[in-house]
Amino acid sequence: MQLIACPWCGPREEVEFHYGGQAHVPYPDSPAELSDEEWAHYVFFRDNPKGRFAERWNHSAGCRRWFNAIRDTATYRFERVYRLDDPKPGVTELARSREEGTAP
Amino acid sequence: MTSPFRTSTGGRIDRATTVEFTFDGQTLRGHPGDTLASALLANGRHQIATSIKLGRPRGIAAAWAEDPGGLVQIEEPFPEPMLLATTVELHEGLAAHGLPGQGRLADVPDSARYDAVHHHVDVLVVGAGPAGLAAALTAARAGARVALVDEQSEAGGSLLSGTERLDDAPALQWVAAAVAELAGLPEVLHLQRTTAFGSYDDGFVLALERRTDHLGAAAPKHVSRQRVWRIRARSIVVATGAHERPVVFADNDRPGIMLAGAARTFLHRYGVLPGREAVVFTTNDSAYDAALDLHRAGVHVQAVVDARPEGSPRRAECERAGIRVLSGAVVTGTRGAERITHALVAPFADGEVGAGSAITCDLLLVSGGWNPAVHLFSQARGRLRYDAALGAFLPGEELDGLAVAGSAAGVPDLAGCLTDGQRVARATLAGPPAADDRLPTAPESAVPTPPLVLWRVPDTSGADGSTSFVDLQRDATVADIARAIGAGLRSIEHVKRYTTIGTAHDQGKTSGVLTSGITAELLAIPVQDTGTTTFRPPYTPVAFAALAGRDRGRLFDPERVTALHEWHVAAGAVFEDVGQWKRPRHYPRPGEDMEAAVLRECAAARTGVGILDGSTLGKIDVQGPDAAVLLDRLYTNLMSSLKVGSVRYGVMCGVDGMVIDDGTVLRLAEDRFLVLTTTGGAAKVLDWMEEWVQTEWPDLRVHCTSVTEQWCTFPVVGPRSRDVVGAVFPQVDVSAEAFPFMTWRDTTLDGVPVRLARISFSGELAFEVYVNPWYAVAVWQRLLDAGRPYGITPYGTETMHVLRAEKGYPIIGQDTDGTVTPHDLGMAWAVSKKKPDFVGKRSFARPANQDPLRKHLVGLLPVDRQTVLPEGSQIVEFRTDGRLPPPPVPMLGHVTSSYRSAELARPFALALVKGGRERIGETVHVPVDGTLVPVEVTGPVLVDPEGARRDG
Amino acid sequence: MAELLRTSPLDAWTDALERLPDTVRIAVEPYVAMVDVRLGTVGAAASAALGVDLPTAPGTWVPAGTGRAVWLGPDEWLLSSTTETPEELEARVRAAVLPLGGSATDVSAQRIGLRLTGARVRDVLAKGCSIDLHPRVFGRGSSAQTTLGQAGVVLLALFDAADDVVVLVRSSFAGYLADWLLDAALEFTTTPTHDR
Repeated sequence: MQLIACPWCGPREEVEFHYGGQAHVPYPDSPAELSDEEWAHYVFFRDNPKGRFAERWNHSAGCRRWFNAIRDTATYRFERVYRLDDPKPGVTELARSREEGTAP
Repeated sequence: MTSPFRTSTGGRIDRATTVEFTFDGQTLRGHPGDTLASALLANGRHQIATSIKLGRPRGIAAAWAEDPGGLVQIEEPFPEPMLLATTVELHEGLAAHGLPGQGRLADVPDSARYDAVHHHVDVLVVGAGPAGLAAALTAARAGARVALVDEQSEAGGSLLSGTERLDDAPALQWVAAAVAELAGLPEVLHLQRTTAFGSYDDGFVLALERRTDHLGAAAPKHVSRQRVWRIRARSIVVATGAHERPVVFADNDRPGIMLAGAARTFLHRYGVLPGREAVVFTTNDSAYDAALDLHRAGVHVQAVVDARPEGSPRRAECERAGIRVLSGAVVTGTRGAERITHALVAPFADGEVGAGSAITCDLLLVSGGWNPAVHLFSQARGRLRYDAALGAFLPGEELDGLAVAGSAAGVPDLAGCLTDGQRVARATLAGPPAADDRLPTAPESAVPTPPLVLWRVPDTSGADGSTSFVDLQRDATVADIARAIGAGLRSIEHVKRYTTIGTAHDQGKTSGVLTSGITAELLAIPVQDTGTTTFRPPYTPVAFAALAGRDRGRLFDPERVTALHEWHVAAGAVFEDVGQWKRPRHYPRPGEDMEAAVLRECAAARTGVGILDGSTLGKIDVQGPDAAVLLDRLYTNLMSSLKVGSVRYGVMCGVDGMVIDDGTVLRLAEDRFLVLTTTGGAAKVLDWMEEWVQTEWPDLRVHCTSVTEQWCTFPVVGPRSRDVVGAVFPQVDVSAEAFPFMTWRDTTLDGVPVRLARISFSGELAFEVYVNPWYAVAVWQRLLDAGRPYGITPYGTETMHVLRAEKGYPIIGQDTDGTVTPHDLGMAWAVSKKKPDFVGKRSFARPANQDPLRKHLVGLLPVDRQTVLPEGSQIVEFRTDGRLPPPPVPMLGHVTSSYRSAELARPFALALVKGGRERIGETVHVPVDGTLVPVEVTGPVLVDPEGARRDG
Repeated sequence: MAELLRTSPLDAWTDALERLPDTVRIAVEPYVAMVDVRLGTVGAAASAALGVDLPTAPGTWVPAGTGRAVWLGPDEWLLSSTTETPEELEARVRAAVLPLGGSATDVSAQRIGLRLTGARVRDVLAKGCSIDLHPRVFGRGSSAQTTLGQAGVVLLALFDAADDVVVLVRSSFAGYLADWLLDAALEFTTTPTHDR
């Protein structure tokens, strides 16, 4: 039973959370102007990397807030959780937080 | 009455008390403190059962969970299959018999309780042997929150099996003092009879505590029999000791052959002599203790057979005791039937076996070295390293939050285990260790001669390894491994699956590393390269009942109920599960079946007045200046144009354009809406709204709050509903002119706020009554009282379904399946053409959603006016010959809802049919029970298509 | 006409709850007015308008007049009052937070409170709650939204010893949770033979 650190409530068991898929996939500004292919790409296509992945999570059994996380899909380790209004952490920043032991 | 193989003194058993038990129907006696295995051995019984495939006699080969031989079925106090005699604690009335492999599950309900407890600690120590006790003391003395769990009935670990001394006194005195000290510390949880069976992410360990098993029939009924501890630890110290490893040779499976250390355990812990005449076969020094201890206890030790050419420095000690030591010799085979009679001993040098001789014995002790119990470390994805000197796999890396201590880490001696436990525990502490963190003094141990790594003795019996057993529980031999390799298998995981080695009850505790070694030998590659198979939880078997815990019966799945539940029960409602809700399905009168009750309830709602508990409908309060903007974006139709005081039906789609929920929306104020969802969609829709607001549109000034349980909802339905509602709420003008369809009004009843809404899910004149659940029973009763003159009839979900289906109203999730658009449902009218965008809109223009052959919701009328089509039935083209063509049969769609209609006086159905709207008027076929039922395709609205009834 | 009778979802559990021992007492809290408050920014203006400093630390609650203010999220609180009706509380709070861009919704009947007192309370809760309830971690003023058994709950620590806790549960789950708690407390109803 893995722990996930909610940015507000702190570490809780993974069953308190819902997965929300890839993060940073914004709803298109003007869907009507997109081609069928572009729209289908937004609706159906997501990355599936081995390794670091920016994801959305929701603390559904707790404070019900959505947040983003950088998780390694090969090890399941969460390297960082961050609020929706925070920018996506860069690689150097992640490396630094790992060295400093501040990753959750 | 004395048992013939019981020593006269010693052991951890209560000799003053005798308990009676039966094995294979024979009544025997033992003592509290015995295991079933030790009590059987005390009675001279070695054979437990015969083996699963070959039917060979098998007996007790070890003293605890690593035993591959002693599987038993418990009959009393409660039937339980496949336990090990070595781990079953003896109690009065225990009844068991040996098992050839598989057991039998109980065919009576298990009335025992099982539960689970969450526990949080700074340090979890697994194993209460010397290293574990030292670790627990160090952590606890420093003020840490500590859990110490150990699978045995008492603490001490290996010290229970020997004669070691600490601080110049028997080591068990130190154990008792350590246990007492831990008991006096408030932040320590010390659990015996508790097996840590799995280690998982983030310091999470599951442990099974056997709380009352050892009490037999005397176990208190209100205490759980077994408990799963869900332990979350900042640091874990694995001090789980080591398992002795056998050496494989021909006919190594006879009863009377056991691990040397096990014989010491039976002698010292249980006061049992496992035989009279022993041969000890070893590759290392540890078995000399067994030989000497058994000798002192009166066993005639015929010989110590040491495979090492130079033998052991302890040879002299044995010879002083008159024990013959054969160095550079091995056991090549055995004789005997139900019990070993002879060990065949031969010289051994450079891998070659010389000419041998037979030595009589009734006990053959074997030691091929020790395998550290690295299971929990490996489960936590720790990498193992092969130690060629020990012939064992050791922890090969440091893990965050999990450290291995003592003999589980390969530490060979008692003093080393104590300091290792302390060292590892100190590393977990946030602060300095306690000033009084003292360890007992252990005597210096002699420098041992290096062991010989010997997996198997070459088979000189002519059986070609086919009686050289690697996994006794699976009857798998050296010949089987050779066959696997001959078949081209190289990976140890494949060898395991091919041979089944390590897949039985004991999960390869004695056979796993042997298989790695023998495989490496046969492939002529280093053992490090074969590695081990993956260690997976559970370490020892765990009953499903324990894992289920208290989530059984009524607590299996929460039952959600409305404020009226007691009333429904008293009214004789038959309930159905809708999600987790218990909803009345119908209210049968005496003698009525569901069909009769539903026809009666439907007729009441269509001709008089009915009343439904609709409180399970999802309700969401949407507030804020941008509330209308949010709803415009999430519903397919326009909500911002809704007037305060009015109600509008709406459909919600996913981004793919498929319907996800529907319901009505009440505009309470310019900046406030009450959104109603389906019962099953309540949580989903709130989450959906929150997801969009939080992740996409945080600039919208709007908040969504669940009020599902803030309001009870009672639809009062039928031509006489106006009379009933008008009578209960006289201050409201309920006329069609003053209170039109799809509007709502607030009122009060005896000062309690009530909201009324003209919403109809049946097509009839109807009023929904909303009230705080605190007053639900009272308001419901008022409505019933007022409705009595009109024969008001409570109805359930089945009638609700019939009424809505007659009107062609779909149920999202029943008539839809995530592949259905509003257009497919014939609801193009509910899709706004004015709004530039809303969730799902862009997908409607995709080519797949423009296909004229998409499935449409239509009505079906069986031509015979009799058949109620089973929901889920397939629909096929009309066949003039009335027979299905050969497969594959082209499918047109399927039946989504089907009922018998009182109003239509015939059965009807809703269905999704390819190009269905173009087929209205056609006849198609529905296969039912092997015959083709002709059905007419109709529009989905079968009752009151012009909507004349809604105003009464 | 007679006044409308009130009922509680746990009326049928009254006798069973009363039979519990002193080590695990469970009392159904009286009905009180509760309102769900949403507010983006809290500060002096909000405190002045509401008459209470809404707690901003996650997982905390504070007394608020005769009731409580419980942190539910970074912009969400549960505010209760024992002296106002649900309608009065909603109207007052809504009026206070509306000018600040907030909202307020009457949720008085959404949840019911169970107050658990006694030396075994932590042991009972630990049977179904995965968060650490040790008094050092979950002391007075702590709150948590989490799962107890299979029901979503809000836990409020009333005192430091962790032997006095309020469990707020959705009304439709109240019966399930009462059954769950009674079952969890069973081993403490007579002298346990095995005491850890």
